[in-house]
Amino acid sequence: MNFYLIYFLVAIAIFGFIATFSLVSVYAERKISAFIQDRLGPMEVGKYGWLQTAADILKLIQKEYIVPALADKVLFTIAPVIIFVAVYLGFVALPWAPSLVPASMNIGVFYVFAIISVEAVGILMAGWGSNNKYSLLGAVRSVAQMVSYEIPIGFVIISAVMISQSLDLQVINYNQGILATQEIKFLGFLNVNHIGGVLAWNVFKAPHLLVAYVIYFIASLAECNRAPFDLPEAESELIGGFHTEYTGLRFAFIFLAEYAMMFLVAMLGVTLFLGGWNTPLPNIGSLHLADYTTGTFWGIFWVMAKCLLVVAAQMWIRWTLPRLRVDQLMTLCWKVLTPLAFACLVVSGLWRLILLSA
Amino acid sequence: MIKEAFNGLRTAWKGLALTLKHFGAASESKKVKGINEANYFGQQAGIATVQYPHQKLPVPEVGRYQLDVVIDDCIVCDLCAKICPVDCIDIESIKATDVIGKTSDGSVKRLYAPKFDIDMAKCMYCGLCTTVCPTECIIMTAEYDKSVTHISDLNYKFASMTDAEAAQKRLELEQQLAERQAAKAAALKKMEEDK
Repeated sequence: MNFYLIYFLVAIAIFGFIATFSLVSVYAERKISAFIQDRLGPMEVGKYGWLQTAADILKLIQKEYIVPALADKVLFTIAPVIIFVAVYLGFVALPWAPSLVPASMNIGVFYVFAIISVEAVGILMAGWGSNNKYSLLGAVRSVAQMVSYEIPIGFVIISAVMISQSLDLQVINYNQGILATQEIKFLGFLNVNHIGGVLAWNVFKAPHLLVAYVIYFIASLAECNRAPFDLPEAESELIGGFHTEYTGLRFAFIFLAEYAMMFLVAMLGVTLFLGGWNTPLPNIGSLHLADYTTGTFWGIFWVMAKCLLVVAAQMWIRWTLPRLRVDQLMTLCWKVLTPLAFACLVVSGLWRLILLSA
Repeated sequence: MIKEAFNGLRTAWKGLALTLKHFGAASESKKVKGINEANYFGQQAGIATVQYPHQKLPVPEVGRYQLDVVIDDCIVCDLCAKICPVDCIDIESIKATDVIGKTSDGSVKRLYAPKFDIDMAKCMYCGLCTTVCPTECIIMTAEYDKSVTHISDLNYKFASMTDAEAAQKRLELEQQLAERQAAKAAALKKMEEDK
């Protein structure tokens, strides 16, 4: 019985986290965009406008559900649920601290990667169900984009997994810090099992993973449909893209999924490449900084700090770079990112064979 | 391909550095300054927003914003209504039976104004009425923040007389005219009799 209670509590906790994160990050995004453009952003609701997003969600909750007369009612109604649930379920496998993971599974990477692909189905349902040319165009673009970018993202994930030798996200985390169970070598030659810190992260264990992380980051922007890859939403040409016809709480869920997706891809990237919940501070001589800053609280702190930095970078990029054209988007994916991702994969294999087995 | 990818990253970084610079400069706001202040363009960096109802940009003294009439100084000469290119000023006048008084610059007032309406919805803000006014009673004020809920509220009424007063003045004028006519008739009659 307690077993199920914990399940529910975990589910509620994750949902609470997603909702809070969305509210805070929408506010942060509005402020960041304002500061970048020499504006002030929301200033009226509460001091410095900090209650703005709370007021927005209150407004969204009160709004009427409108289903267009010619829409496919079933698809239109369940699409937001599928979009949100796909992202929501992705959080299940992501570890927060050395002993804190909602569901420990030995194929975590594969699971997360598979479950977030389901979002594309939800988006296609939303676009098709709306029976609106803009929605359909947005949805078609979105699916083309997500399916294409899954290829480079998949290859860079595999190259990181080859270095870690595990699909379990928690094991990948463990092997990037002082709690490692396998031998970890900085740049492939210096044993740093007892030094830990930033030296033990995957990107520094095998430096070609830095390139892999950049590819992952670019492709993850495309995966969560954010600028400069926001063609599916493209406000200036498609109104709102696939969510044009949505109102009220349904729209809120699509919006929630978008921000949750940002955090999810940031967290997956942090876990695979940037040490996850491991501290960036190494043990230096008698100063055991890494030992001091490892634990449940510190784990949550580090993973949050890293993810929020990555999310901030996503916002920063959104408000700097202009949107790509459809053909440029595909060129970038197939002609630049995919070959580079392949190269990373080959280097990972060689790294594993030559450096680590020797 | 490597070169292309590198070039893409380099130019992207250029843009990102620019936005980061602006983000860093956002800790400071530009001072709210009027255009005629020295060093108006001095501060380039920082947030440009003027938080309007809380902060206001100083406006020039001679700006053309809202028309205002000091009705006590008006001699009801109708010049403003005549020069107005869009006919937004509507004045009615009643001759007084005697000199009413003097305006603040010493002009003699001989006319009452029961109606002095300016329709700001029609006004084109040319300011011609203020230049022709002999007593300078019609002026442009510095108030620019004027919004109303109904368009008829934009028809400003400056006349200070009530309808009853106006009716009384009309009556007085008619009586005076009648008296004068009677006096004139009497004088004419007397002249004829003298002949």
